[in-house]
Amino acid sequence: MTATGIGAPVRRKEDQRFVTGQGRYVDDFNRPGQAYAYFLRSPHAHATIRSIDTGPAAIMPGVIAIFTGDDLAADKIGGLICGWMIHSKDGSPMKAGPHPALAQGKVRYVGDHVAVVIAETLAQAKDAAEAIVVDYDMLPAIADTAQATKASVQVHEVSPDNTVFNWHLGNKDETEAAFARAKHVTTIDLVNNRLVPNALEPRAAVGEYDPGTDNYTLYTTSQNPHVARLVLSAFIGVAPEHKLRVIAPDVGGGFGSKIFIYAEETVCVWAAKKVKRPVKWTSDRSEAFLSDAHGRDHVTHAEMATDENGKIIGLRVHTIANLGAYLSTFSSSVPTYLYAPLLSGQYDIPAIYCEVDGVYTNTAPVDAYRGAGRPEATFVVERLVEKAARELGQDPAEFRRKNYITQFPHATPVIMTYDTGDYAASLDKALELADYKNFQQRKQDSALRGKLRGIGFSSYIEACGIAPSQAVGSLGAGVGLWESAEVRVNPTGSVEVLTGSHSHGQGHETTFAQLVSDRLGIPIDQVSIVHGDTDKVQFGMGTYGSRSGAVGMSAIAKAIDKVIAKGKKVAAHVLEASEGDIEFKDGRFGVAGTDRSLAFGEVALQAYIAHKFSGQDLEPGLKEGAFYDPTNFTFPAGVHICEVEIDPDTGVTKIERWTAVDDFGVIINPMIVEGQVHGGIAQGVGQALLEGAVYDQSGQLITASFNDYCMPRAIDLPSFQVGMTVTPCPSNPLGIKGCGEAGAIAAPPAVINAITDALGHEDIAMPATPQAVWRAAQKANMPMAAE
Amino acid sequence: MTTVSLTVNGQSVTADVDPRTLLVQFLRDNLRLTGTHVGCDTSQCGACVVHLNGQAVKSCTVLAVQANASVVTTIEGIADGGELHPMQAAFREHHGLQCGFCTPGMIMSAIDIVNRKGNALDEQTIRAELEGNLCRCTGYHNIVKAVAAGARGMAQEPLSQAAE
Repeated sequence: MTATGIGAPVRRKEDQRFVTGQGRYVDDFNRPGQAYAYFLRSPHAHATIRSIDTGPAAIMPGVIAIFTGDDLAADKIGGLICGWMIHSKDGSPMKAGPHPALAQGKVRYVGDHVAVVIAETLAQAKDAAEAIVVDYDMLPAIADTAQATKASVQVHEVSPDNTVFNWHLGNKDETEAAFARAKHVTTIDLVNNRLVPNALEPRAAVGEYDPGTDNYTLYTTSQNPHVARLVLSAFIGVAPEHKLRVIAPDVGGGFGSKIFIYAEETVCVWAAKKVKRPVKWTSDRSEAFLSDAHGRDHVTHAEMATDENGKIIGLRVHTIANLGAYLSTFSSSVPTYLYAPLLSGQYDIPAIYCEVDGVYTNTAPVDAYRGAGRPEATFVVERLVEKAARELGQDPAEFRRKNYITQFPHATPVIMTYDTGDYAASLDKALELADYKNFQQRKQDSALRGKLRGIGFSSYIEACGIAPSQAVGSLGAGVGLWESAEVRVNPTGSVEVLTGSHSHGQGHETTFAQLVSDRLGIPIDQVSIVHGDTDKVQFGMGTYGSRSGAVGMSAIAKAIDKVIAKGKKVAAHVLEASEGDIEFKDGRFGVAGTDRSLAFGEVALQAYIAHKFSGQDLEPGLKEGAFYDPTNFTFPAGVHICEVEIDPDTGVTKIERWTAVDDFGVIINPMIVEGQVHGGIAQGVGQALLEGAVYDQSGQLITASFNDYCMPRAIDLPSFQVGMTVTPCPSNPLGIKGCGEAGAIAAPPAVINAITDALGHEDIAMPATPQAVWRAAQKANMPMAAE
Repeated sequence: MTTVSLTVNGQSVTADVDPRTLLVQFLRDNLRLTGTHVGCDTSQCGACVVHLNGQAVKSCTVLAVQANASVVTTIEGIADGGELHPMQAAFREHHGLQCGFCTPGMIMSAIDIVNRKGNALDEQTIRAELEGNLCRCTGYHNIVKAVAAGARGMAQEPLSQAAE
């Protein structure tokens, strides 16, 4: 391993600009002549729009234009789309209601887009928005997930009972048979609480139109600018694909919420042409709470069957998944194919059957949020496993071990074929790091101080490296999920890598450069990573699903292989040797068995000056591209152990220890990987202890600011103990599995298992706030008094 | 419009502003100092923290006119030429940032913590003192390490810089 190669904790190249305030986020871009957009949003969860009177607002100072859904419709701008088709059990396609960028006749959630004001200043746009008179005919609303199909409210005409799909996966008959012969059945009812992603940078967009060239430019906070361009052009019809440039510069966190194509960027691009001015919109946090796609929001009933030996023989799950008022870009895939295929966890479970009812409600759209379906699956499996171990009187670690999959490849009953792993190795290491053997002593010590101590496990697995295009196509995806890369070697031997992956905190400028430095033997400062601009990068599918390493870097590796192959041809001419005798090692092209060799940069120069070979024999230049399509998902897995101490008098849960042992396959930069684990755990702990988006019965979001929605702060979290085990992934050339979502997937059940262990009963829901824990602790101590 | 005159990162600036202009808007829109970020609208996230007369403030909660005749330091103003401030260097060295959006506010708050609490900061103190700054990426683990290291580094910096 070199100091900057694969496996080295290289300090990040991008940090110089970030720590000096020189990062360039979308809101930092200001275009000449730019005007400001402000969206008038619905204050009602459900209403018919009788009329919109923009007259008084239109004559206010600074107002350039006001547009409504009618204006978009007049220009034949299409609605927002959901790009993953799910079919119900009966074979019928999901019921997708219309999703106009600006409401047409009806609003369906608080925050729905009613009109946009374009003005000289943001303040003027906001002032004018207040003067727009909208005559609403209010309708009853439904916000409750479990009640959505029973309500006398119809969110979309296409779905009279608010059902989007009734989907299922697995083998029902085998599962029923397993339960029929079970020695013991463990049952659980769970709510996976709705979350607001809250990347610290709010979404933003600047649309620009050049009438001279008929070119459009969109600066946008996107995790996948090419997908944004494709959707905006081919489906929404704002601009032709070849005329639309999408730039996603520095992006301040995404966590899924910036995958999707939203109304605001659609309108900014379109309006820029209408008003002949660049149009800028920056979300404020209140708007973000209302209109960013939310995450999770499942209500689940699940059962686990075990035999007389304590082996898990069946799993039966029924989930109601709230998809909100409209189907966001990838929303339908999250509670289906990103969820149920993970219900086997790390366990050898011969029979699994899962039913998912996707439902509409009058709430913000729900889509992928860090982990996306996999945290929900892990919460079901790991809560059930923990509860089953308790009911069977078994140690939760040993109950897991007994049921672990140990032979690979392993085909689960729910689509996936796990390629490799060593779950017991992670468990052993975690038990040691967590000092599990002395836990009972610590519990007694806590008890002496009047505190309740508990320990909770989470043996999570995820499917990452999303994903083989044919496979996802067969499951309903509207796109392939490969990745592209282009490696441009300059005549001086420096290298630009153009990647379709997008970095919004993951440190690609460093890790991707490490790969190039390692493979080509050139200094890391000779490598630039270019991403986030559709005019520079030909195409790409972007960053989500922990895919940038396993898929994005594999594409780069493939392109590097081609560069080396071309370099060998060039070197053969220069060194007057046979191409088959050229070896590339440690940054030099050499003739095997001789001391004749050329440095990488010398070959690059020769490739461009092209004096040593004829253009008929060999094309000049040194630039290669590759598209990499994975052969399988990757399966990062690990064990997280959370130890809590609860003060039963206050209900405050303090995380005393956090141990994470993860198997991410080959690691490029351990410093960055550990940072991803830390951040993921924090979001998972946030879900378990603090966060929850709450709508009241009328559909008002009552947690719509950082005052009301409790984000994890430094004081809420411990330092984390992070360890690794490594089984290289056999499904991609680099052996990478992916690390971005693991913490958020593993953490919630670890926390709740620890709390329920401390309390001695299972009756606590997320978020386990001090109030909820206090009530639960009272119930544990004084069952009569709590009634 | 109202005229404001103040010193920002050592330079005198004067501008006519709408009286409702926030200090953060003045910095970002008038001076194009875009290192100071806006992450919320309830004075909770701390992405906008700058130093006003040597003390950390959330610049989203200060009117530009209130900063009249004041000295303001932003993230752009703390490095000594090409050399990073010890707190900036510590954030880079300890991977105390990922997306970088909260980072300017974190660093400005961290320097303020050191100014108030000294150079030997324990973990609990740092965690408690960071209550006004949100980070969604790092889980704070490496931020805490960075602040502790930056605090130690500030003890070794030249006196001229320490007086900032």
